[in-house]
Amino acid sequence: MKELFSLFITFARIGAFTFGGGYAMLPMLQREVVQNRKWATEDEVLDYFAIGQCTPGVIFVNTATFIGYKQKGILGAIFATAGGIFPSLVIILIIAAVLTNFAELPVVQYAFGGIRVVVGVLIINAITGMWKKSVVDKLGIFLAIAAFAVVTFTPLSPVWMVLAGAVLGILAKSFSVSGKGEA
Amino acid sequence: MELLVLFLEFFKIGLFSVGGGLATLPFLYALADKYPWLQSSQIPDMIAVSESTPGPLGVNMSTYAGFHCDGVLGGIVATVGLVTPSVIVIIIVYQFLEKFRNSRLVENAFYGLRPVVVGLIASAGFGVVVLALFGQNVSPMNWTEFFRWKEIVLFILVLAAARKWKQVHPVAFILVGAAAGVLFRMG
Repeated sequence: MKELFSLFITFARIGAFTFGGGYAMLPMLQREVVQNRKWATEDEVLDYFAIGQCTPGVIFVNTATFIGYKQKGILGAIFATAGGIFPSLVIILIIAAVLTNFAELPVVQYAFGGIRVVVGVLIINAITGMWKKSVVDKLGIFLAIAAFAVVTFTPLSPVWMVLAGAVLGILAKSFSVSGKGEA
Repeated sequence: MELLVLFLEFFKIGLFSVGGGLATLPFLYALADKYPWLQSSQIPDMIAVSESTPGPLGVNMSTYAGFHCDGVLGGIVATVGLVTPSVIVIIIVYQFLEKFRNSRLVENAFYGLRPVVVGLIASAGFGVVVLALFGQNVSPMNWTEFFRWKEIVLFILVLAAARKWKQVHPVAFILVGAAAGVLFRMG
């Protein structure tokens, strides 16, 4: 019960401070789930993101379900997900009920102008950490840069890049094993 | 009865929108065509509110749309409907993953997947940084307006601070960002 509660609280905290959609949760996730709670490794977080990108639903929720299920089975998945969406529910319901002009308030626009800058910094820092751990060779550098370029500058869906990464990973490993032994 | 319909509609959205928050948009417009409680003219407002509040975009928009249909209960039912397919699908995927965790094939696939995801996150970060630091709809030739100087200074300061004090929680930086934004009228 204690761990279920802790899953709920941790993901509520992540949900309350994730601004700007799916991948913006990475800095919070790294701090809360990887460093503080040690519920998953950095590599596992990347794996969950990859799967979350290709499966239906919101990436944030998919990742919460993954980590919750890993810790405590079906109940863990439900508590982590419920925690993750709890701040959204509360905040949006309040805004929808009373503050219909919330997004136009100058103070909100100013605050968000500053928050966006910080979120940009936090994502860059999170990426440099991930890069050191997960981009280990030339193929990795190529795949990371290619995925970045394609998704940033073309309208192609990220799903295709994830599938291409999986196929190239399998091909590269099977060739290097038959060629030069263990890679 | 209305709540059941709401749950099923958002269950459907959760099941068919692959690849994050904005993927739910076309489905919301379809809902607006179908039901009287949602007008398509409300959707841009919902996006604005969802983007200026914490939490995933898809979840925020479902809560908002559900509220329009049936109040607080509607907001909750729509959001639970949206996330239910995720929970089911991910639990099933997890079983497969555990079963094939040690297979060479899955291991090799993830070896190629991880760098791709790093690239995808970098792309998301790039989008946020461009939006935060450079003027939208301003020509780069008009450089005094194109570069948002206050934001660029904050960016450099926070970048330096976050590198120096690695133990500081990200939330602290976000609060500093919000305060600086209000104080210096950013955005």
